[in-house]
Amino acid sequence: MRKVALRGLAGRKLRALLTALAIVLGVAMVSGTFVLTDTIDRAFNTIFERSYAGTDAVVRAGGSDIAYQGLTAELPGIPAELLEQVRAVPSVEVATGLVMDETSAKILDRKGKAVDTQGAPAFGFGVDPSPELSRFNPLNLVEGRWPTGGTEVVIDAGTADEQRFALGERVKVASLGPVREFEVVGIAQYSGVSSLGTATFAVFDVRTAQELFGREDEFDAISVAAKQGVDDEALVADLEEALPPTVAVQTGDERADEERGEVAEFTTFIRYFLLAFGGIALFVGAFVIFNTLSITVAQRTREFATLRTIGASRRQVLGSVVLEALVIGVLASVTGLLLGVALAYFLNWLFRVLGLDLPTTAMVFAPRTAVVALLVGVVVTLVAGLFPAVRATRVPAIAAVREGATLPGSRFARFTPYVAVALIAGAVSLLAFAMFADDLDTEPRLLSIAGGTLGLFLGVGLLSPKVVRPVAGLTHEPARWVVVVLQVVAYPVTLAFWLLRYAAFYADRPAGRRAGAAAWALAIVGAFSLLVALLGGGPVLALVPLVVPLTVIGMAVAARVSSFTPEWPLDFPDVRPAGATARVGRENARRAPGRTAATAAALMIGLALVTFVATLADGMKASNRDAIESQVRADYVVTSQDGYAPFVAAAGEAAARAPGIELSTDVRSDLATLAGSDRYLTGIEPGRIAQAYRFQWLDGSDAVLSRLGADGAILDKDFAEDKELAVGDRFTAVVPSGQERQLVVRGIYEPPPFYPLLGNASIAKETFDELYDRPRNQFTFVNVPGEPTEAAKQRLAEAVAAFPDAKVQTREEWIAFQDADFNQFLTMLYVLLALSVIVSLFGMVNTLVLSVFERTRELGMMRAVGMTRRQARRMIRHESVITALIGAALGLPLGIFLAMLVTRALSQFDVQFRVPLPLLLVFTVIAVLAGIAAAVLPARRAARLRVLEALHYE
Amino acid sequence: MHDIATSPAGAAIDAVPTDVVTAHEITRVYGEGDTSVRALRGVTLDVERGKLTAVMGPSGSGKSTLMHILAALDRPTSGFVTVAGARLGQLSDTDVTKLRRKHIGFVFQFFNLLPMLTAEENILLPLSLAGLDVDGGWFEDLLRRVGLEDRRTHRPAELSGGQQQRVAIARALVTRPTVVFADEPTGNLDLRTGGEILELLRSSVQDYGQTLVVVTHDARVAAIADRILFLADGLIVKDLGRSTPHEVMEAMEAITPQ
Ligand SMILES: Nc1ncnc2c1ncn2[C@@H]1O[C@H](COP(=O)(O)OP(=O)(O)O)[C@@H](O)[C@H]1O
Ligand SMILES: [Mg+2]
Repeated sequence: MRKVALRGLAGRKLRALLTALAIVLGVAMVSGTFVLTDTIDRAFNTIFERSYAGTDAVVRAGGSDIAYQGLTAELPGIPAELLEQVRAVPSVEVATGLVMDETSAKILDRKGKAVDTQGAPAFGFGVDPSPELSRFNPLNLVEGRWPTGGTEVVIDAGTADEQRFALGERVKVASLGPVREFEVVGIAQYSGVSSLGTATFAVFDVRTAQELFGREDEFDAISVAAKQGVDDEALVADLEEALPPTVAVQTGDERADEERGEVAEFTTFIRYFLLAFGGIALFVGAFVIFNTLSITVAQRTREFATLRTIGASRRQVLGSVVLEALVIGVLASVTGLLLGVALAYFLNWLFRVLGLDLPTTAMVFAPRTAVVALLVGVVVTLVAGLFPAVRATRVPAIAAVREGATLPGSRFARFTPYVAVALIAGAVSLLAFAMFADDLDTEPRLLSIAGGTLGLFLGVGLLSPKVVRPVAGLTHEPARWVVVVLQVVAYPVTLAFWLLRYAAFYADRPAGRRAGAAAWALAIVGAFSLLVALLGGGPVLALVPLVVPLTVIGMAVAARVSSFTPEWPLDFPDVRPAGATARVGRENARRAPGRTAATAAALMIGLALVTFVATLADGMKASNRDAIESQVRADYVVTSQDGYAPFVAAAGEAAARAPGIELSTDVRSDLATLAGSDRYLTGIEPGRIAQAYRFQWLDGSDAVLSRLGADGAILDKDFAEDKELAVGDRFTAVVPSGQERQLVVRGIYEPPPFYPLLGNASIAKETFDELYDRPRNQFTFVNVPGEPTEAAKQRLAEAVAAFPDAKVQTREEWIAFQDADFNQFLTMLYVLLALSVIVSLFGMVNTLVLSVFERTRELGMMRAVGMTRRQARRMIRHESVITALIGAALGLPLGIFLAMLVTRALSQFDVQFRVPLPLLLVFTVIAVLAGIAAAVLPARRAARLRVLEALHYE
Repeated sequence: MHDIATSPAGAAIDAVPTDVVTAHEITRVYGEGDTSVRALRGVTLDVERGKLTAVMGPSGSGKSTLMHILAALDRPTSGFVTVAGARLGQLSDTDVTKLRRKHIGFVFQFFNLLPMLTAEENILLPLSLAGLDVDGGWFEDLLRRVGLEDRRTHRPAELSGGQQQRVAIARALVTRPTVVFADEPTGNLDLRTGGEILELLRSSVQDYGQTLVVVTHDARVAAIADRILFLADGLIVKDLGRSTPHEVMEAMEAITPQ
């Protein structure tokens, strides 16, 4: 029986392969995710371990650790004279003062623009290169030496490589002050880390770093090594005793763990984010495998019945199908596992292209990766194969003698619609619960959403056989005409291709005519590429000199080795809509509704998710625009290059000095503990902010701004309600240095919830600057007299030119920039979701191949009565396109529905609901293209059938 | 696979009466209401051990239906069948499977071989399904007898119709079942090959004492059958012992509606 299963599988290699492919991509995504995130993890771990490898204790400022929305507040510096005190402690062997800034040391490229770190740190270090202190230095020199004096710098190998900076060259580096020029005297890297991602570092001597990063006579930390025989805890205790209580002392390991923990959260997030897409691909793959195995089981009814007559038990039949699934699952999982390593490189590349480059080392392949990937792949395949296997056991022995015996319907078939409806109802309520239940942790909430969505897809999938007949009828005409339109668009290509084929294969035609055909083909390709070039497709044009000769060579080779016999003149490309063939195709799609439905359902899932993302994104963009437009009055906004990170305050001051401006006002921002919760605190200029920012006052007016004084604050509505604060109430703000300040509520306003530009509490800029020792701006708003002009913007840009991290945009440009940023993220989502669409494509190919195989005889008959090859191809293609459109007809509304649900759930953030019609049209066309692509191989098989053999086929 | 004899049904199966297969007043109605067809209308018979019983009759007379019911592929609408002493109607699916492994062989008109297995593998399949070992001597003897010694590694697609049917017959015989049913084993073959197949069946009865029930239209069966049953319209209308081809032809003509 094992032999029957394995041989059977071997005899259906193509089908087995296509079935396996359905799960390969999902497994690859899982293993690729693990490989990539493990690699990133390892890189971060290496960085932190090396950073504190030679450090037994760390002395830092003893402020409070404030963290909100994934950001941690920067601690103030510690007085430089503490270093001498530390060195005086008897148990201390050596100690060094360290200057470190995570955001301000922007290295400029040759064009004078800051190297974009895409939100990753731009480290600035002050390092003492004395040999006895080298144990504290995590960096390795690749070339050159460590810097001394105020004009030398060492930069990271990644930046040196990318920007082609060599030793001895001069580079500009921005810091808290204006840009300064330095000579590159060395190039360094973290040992054991091959890439820092987009992060950069610049190393200066200690005094220079103190100057650049606002640490005159201060350090960010003091690294300490203990004398031989003193353990870390004892050292910490000694230091704590010797030093003032304003500082905090930790062991090196504690510090490394703390920093690692912050990053680990981030990589864990990336891991689950990517795994979710792997999960989706696997889910779609399960659909495909279920469908393929169901079809093969149905086609092998007679085989199973025969086995039963010669004594196979139900268990043995079950076993043979399960074994088949197992073999497919194992093969697919192993392939997927290996492919996953390649996919890890692809994902890393994708992240980099989309501006999320993370540090990496050599790829890490943990045993866990293999175990999880294999297990997941095999289990999913087995679960998907179980149902068809059970059905195979229900084949009665008598089917062995019945002509055209079909698989008996499942005992539960008549309950399916009820089950489906119940499932959908359950899924929707689960979704609603997940989205609207008030106190639910993130994890159960996400799991409920995932479960609800899967349930919804399953339910709709179960119900879909009922809609195949009518929807196939509805999509029939659109399918015909969309194909015609696409054919018209692609006509130059098909014509050129046909001409080339004519030249290559029609050996019995006059040589002159064949040469003419080839010439025409090249002329068409030329004209077409010219058109593409004119329409601005420069990069596409570059492909032409490559594609054309390759095609010609390919044709020539094919002409030598192929026994292809053309069917002149029926084969000449035309764009007429398919008539009778289309009708047969439609009926073919209808005749096994379960099969068509399951095939379409797999595609439905990908399309639904893409539609969901597109719809939600459209609403979010609209909300974002509204939020900005309703808040910002200013003509110009100065932000950092990435738009989110705060930028140096000096840039704001420079903007204020720009000629010809009417008003410039800074918005400072940093973290603080406000009334007990870690939040954003902003510093505003009381006399000016109202001209740049529009407040929706609930209690108060623009007049209260002038009365902010040293202890006044304005709150946004949510925070005020949350903390039950009203105008006149007092609350405490604690800043990272540990300083506390009593504040009085002076006014309450209501910002748009989607994107409030100010923090939960805002105080006067002067007060803010007293509280923070390196105050930074979130925005600087600028107004010019009259309408904003290009010249005005130019003047402004020149004014801040010394601060390469600062960027000047009009309000409209700023919105567009944010949209573009968001679109990048969307692109990544689409690419990742495309994976599941590709999986469903394999499913479509599979179903069609199986159907063609099953209808061999029928096809032979139709060919015998005059169907051309092309008509046979068109028939298959039409069936495929109809199936794809059924997928779209189910998936698009489902996606919109999900988006509607989520929009409602996010109503507290004022997310709008907008259906992006043009995009939906694009998705529909993509579905049609998927249908056409899926039909290529099966249609060729159908067209290649030899009529006589097909008729004899049993 | 545990032994058949350990199950209660198996105990009954192991008792060996002379009549290896009996049918009692079996009827079979296909479909319901107006369109129903009464394929069998009360057939009672017994098949003797070690004998070749032929079943003849015009097309549509219910021969196949009868064979299916006797071979436990189908169930009668009323009446009952015993095979090797076990009443079929009472057996579970598992017991029927055990019964097939030990007591029943079936030869189909359309061979029903598994395309991915070689001739040898096809023949041995019932044994491997039952988890039994091959008796090498017996298997070689069988292979020689069906004339497939030099075809053992061929796939069904590489064999002629006659050879395929030989494989199917060997597959039915390989477990030495209590009874082998063959439904028009020659129906899909030319005259000469059909004759060879009948000869093969006869020799299996003679040399191995195999009990055999054969449905056929071929009057030459008279030469080999110990007994010939004639079926018409779902009823046994004639029951001949050893007869000449001439007698068979006459009997056939008598029952064939003009
Ligand atoms: N599965 C079936 N469904 C309905 N009618 C059937 C079926 N099988 C056989 N019949 C009918 O039962 C009668 C007997 O058929 P069958 O046993 O195949 O006859 P035979 O083998 O003698 O030609 C015929 O009238 C046939 O049409
Ligand atoms: Mg018959």
